[in-house]
Amino acid sequence: MSNVEKVSIKPMKIPRIKNGTVIDHITSGNALKVLRILGIPKQNTYTVSVAMNVQGKLGKKDIVKVENRELAREEVDKIALIAPKATINIIRDYQVTEKHKVELPDEFRGIACCQNPTCISNTGEPVQSRFIVLDKEIPRIKCYYCQREPDDISDRII
Amino acid sequence: MDFKGKDIISITDFSKSDINVIIKYAQKMVPYAKGKEYTRILDGKVLSSLFFEPSTRTRLSFESAMNRLCGRVIGFADPTATSQKKGETLADTIRMADAYSDIIVLRHHLEGAARLAAEFAEAPVINAGDGTGRHPTQCLLDLFTIQTEKKHIEGQKVVLLGDLKYGRTVHSLAYALSLYGAELAFVSPKSLQMPKEVVNECKEQGVNPFSTSKLEKVIHDADVLYVTRIQRERFPDAEEYSRVVGSYQINKAMLSNVKEDLIIMHPLPRVTEISPEIDATPHALYFKQAFNGVPVRMALLSLVTGVML
Ligand SMILES: Nc1ncnc2c1ncn2[C@@H]1O[C@H](COP(=O)(O)OP(=O)(O)OP(=O)(O)O)[C@@H](O)[C@H]1O
Ligand SMILES: [Mg+2]
Ligand SMILES: [Zn+2]
Repeated sequence: MSNVEKVSIKPMKIPRIKNGTVIDHITSGNALKVLRILGIPKQNTYTVSVAMNVQGKLGKKDIVKVENRELAREEVDKIALIAPKATINIIRDYQVTEKHKVELPDEFRGIACCQNPTCISNTGEPVQSRFIVLDKEIPRIKCYYCQREPDDISDRII
Repeated sequence: MDFKGKDIISITDFSKSDINVIIKYAQKMVPYAKGKEYTRILDGKVLSSLFFEPSTRTRLSFESAMNRLCGRVIGFADPTATSQKKGETLADTIRMADAYSDIIVLRHHLEGAARLAAEFAEAPVINAGDGTGRHPTQCLLDLFTIQTEKKHIEGQKVVLLGDLKYGRTVHSLAYALSLYGAELAFVSPKSLQMPKEVVNECKEQGVNPFSTSKLEKVIHDADVLYVTRIQRERFPDAEEYSRVVGSYQINKAMLSNVKEDLIIMHPLPRVTEISPEIDATPHALYFKQAFNGVPVRMALLSLVTGVML
């Protein structure tokens, strides 16, 4: 009998946090991309816990909990690109004190790169990629430079 | 819209009334474009004509337009002679041109190049074609041509034929024609259909283009037939290419059943898409269309510098 099989595999719940931010209802599988977009955690800063493929009422989802940091709305809204159903919950003294759904801004820079190999934004010019949001719900975006719409947005995250 | 200092990047940046202003003003430029009247309004102004990709018509007509207005032209027609070859960014080349001139005209092989140039230049940038992207001045001269010949664009049945996937002129044109409420038919081989972005743009304007691979389905009814070239390199094998291309070659026999006042347009250069026997028919409008590039570009140069006739 191997060691592995002796270990009892109990589902581990993320402990409640006292203060911080819970990003809930992230499209299943996209939690790590969300962290990459948010640029967290930075080295040796706050604690971040991730739960992936958690069974929720509306199917599987990912959850991210950031301790001791209240993420600002503008900061988080851009994750709507890959997690359009996500909610941001601000936790103070163990209680959810603020909650809002993410919403894409009208325009954003960086985050994703244009999928068009002959787009000027992919050729080492001193500019960041830049996208215009056409539809915040679906979501649909187009490259500010070449005007193309990427086929699969989550594939294009930098 | 106040055109002074404005970049001309994509036709989608302009409203119908903006386009009408340009077309009207271009009509005023015609006698000057023909050399029948004379003006010095752009005396002392310098145009940078930056062609990173070869072009005859667009470049010459811009240069003619600037010269007809007594402005000066600097620039290049062949990028191999520039420091781009040495790895300079487009942004830096544009910064230089901006310092040396009052208007920048840019043709580039990459999509979005003009949009980028506009970010780095104080001077107005006019897009003379970027990759398979936009070519707004061609679009404006096409609209000018239809307006001048047909007196109105609304309700005209316009057939766009050929390489609708990579042909940049048809993308801008399809959008602009829908702005005017023209009826559109897209005729192309399956592999070279109009991109979905362009079809969506038309639909947003309330126009539902009819797409087919068979020209005979729509030609008898058309008011305008806009022909574009299908390039050999778009096809995996030569046989497929010659089969497809053959079915879209316009000759006299194909025109037996068309409207008397059908006009045939082509952004040129033409190779075999339109048989030379068409040239002498009243349908052939492509040479006049090419001339129209001059008054339209004169109008734009005058508008963006804010020095009016
Ligand atoms: N103190 C806490 N520490 C860690 N996570 C918390 C804490 N309080 C709430 N949460 C988590 O934050 C999310 C939102 O909490 P809430 O109590 O609003 O749940 P809900 O009513 O199911 O909300 P929703 O309708 O947005 O799903 C849930 O995933 C919950 O598990
Ligand atoms: Mg819940
Ligand atoms: Zn792009």
